[in-house]
Amino acid sequence: MILADKVDASAPGRHPAPNVVTVSQLDKLYSTLEGAQVEALRNVSFDIADGEFITVVGPSGCGKSTLLKILAGILRRTAGDVRLRGRSINGPSREVGVVFQAPVLLPWRNVLQNVMLPVELQKRDYAEYERRARGYIKLVGLQGFENKYPGELSGGMQQRVGICRALVHDPAFLLMDEPFGALDAMTREQMNMELLRIWDESRKTVLLVTHSIPEAVFLADRVIVMSPRPGRISEIIKVDLPRPRSLSLINSAPFGRYVEAIRRHFNSQGLDS
Amino acid sequence: MSGRKLRAAIAAKPEIPLSIALFVVTVGGWELACRFFDVPKIIVPPPSLVAAALWQMLVNGDMLVHFAVTGYETLAGFVLGALFGLVLGGLVAQFPLLERTLYPYIVAFQTLPKVAIAPIIVIWFGYGVTSKIVITATIAFFPLLANTIVGLRAVPQDQVELMVAFTASRWQVFWKARVPQALPYIFVGLDVAIVLSVIGAIVGEFVGSQAGLGYLILQRNFNMDMSGVFAILIVLSLFGIGLHMIVNAIQRRVVFWMENATDRVMGA
Repeated sequence: MILADKVDASAPGRHPAPNVVTVSQLDKLYSTLEGAQVEALRNVSFDIADGEFITVVGPSGCGKSTLLKILAGILRRTAGDVRLRGRSINGPSREVGVVFQAPVLLPWRNVLQNVMLPVELQKRDYAEYERRARGYIKLVGLQGFENKYPGELSGGMQQRVGICRALVHDPAFLLMDEPFGALDAMTREQMNMELLRIWDESRKTVLLVTHSIPEAVFLADRVIVMSPRPGRISEIIKVDLPRPRSLSLINSAPFGRYVEAIRRHFNSQGLDS
Repeated sequence: MSGRKLRAAIAAKPEIPLSIALFVVTVGGWELACRFFDVPKIIVPPPSLVAAALWQMLVNGDMLVHFAVTGYETLAGFVLGALFGLVLGGLVAQFPLLERTLYPYIVAFQTLPKVAIAPIIVIWFGYGVTSKIVITATIAFFPLLANTIVGLRAVPQDQVELMVAFTASRWQVFWKARVPQALPYIFVGLDVAIVLSVIGAIVGEFVGSQAGLGYLILQRNFNMDMSGVFAILIVLSLFGIGLHMIVNAIQRRVVFWMENATDRVMGA
């Protein structure tokens, strides 16, 4: 297999690993057109361990997408520090892969060419990474579609291409902004399962933003619960559910308790997510 | 083709036989009306005389010589104007300050009727092909400028953000996202410009020339040879249609993904 070595993901929490990402006392202020200041993030601090799957959940306006854009280096922070493997993030990094809510594929490039975009942009060795790209395309079940164009693919297939593109250049850190938000419920569950399988095989550190509480619990080692105005962390919940996880987990009592705990969190603030 | 095949072909594209029928009825009616009402041929010539005039001009070489001149002026002016429009559009789209600086002048230039400045251009560049190329270029320029600017700015914000997140430079965003995204717009500009270019060349020839189809029209008009004028109009019209079809054929090959979108696969 060309992908990274498989790790034992069955133990929750895994091995005590060094932190890949450190976010400390992060603030973000926006200026509106009228000149007023809006506090998008206030005093956000957390760590992500190597190989950890973190989900960020919260109602709209809680700053979760802002947080992701700062981590991706496409938005400047107002104060605080963000470190990726000890180095301060002040712009986009070659070690980060991103997936947005919309697949954002280039319609004039076929599946393989879309997946290879980061390799091209970063001027990496084409032949070497093409093997990786084909491996990921196979992993997400799109083998045989390498030469198809995005217009010929369904929404779910397009998002899979987007995930391959985020992984192709072997980033240490994968950022996903509601990657399955535009998909129907059944495709979404299926994609969640696939994502866990890909994560299991590729051993990436992942931060995934979502507004679905069950999705957040199902995927995560830890769930960061955010609340709005100003956007801040109200709790970080460790999810002690066994891996590998299957969809039947959703009906189990422990799963329900996690979901309930997070939902109560929002209800207590008078917010219906 | 067997009868059944023919019927199937007609059922698939009924507009083709209908278009042909419309042509036959129109031309036939025109011919009959000219004969029946005894219309003077120096006012409206019947199609049969137009066809005869066309044939004669093709045979004696008049048409070919003058067509070559007009064709050259049209294409050279088109290429020149389109290139200027593309380059300036590219620069303006990249540098907002340049756009704000140039904007009033671009608007002033565009609102100025090119026909009105054609006599000046003929004085400056002479009675030969150069002045016609310049006039054509001034007309072909604007559709490309406007469409290039709009096209280069049509890139969705998340597409740019995604490329930037993958450490794309500004130059890479321009070539790998903005330019391909602008191509459909640029082809709309090319299509408009190519048809306007024929007008540019003819207008230039009307103002002052020694050759070209515009020159030939004036000459035949002066001699009251209305059949000849109509014959030239037919050639001009076919020329314009041909150019339009060439641009469209190139567009379909270059901007192939715009058609893929129509038959997308659902589900999965």
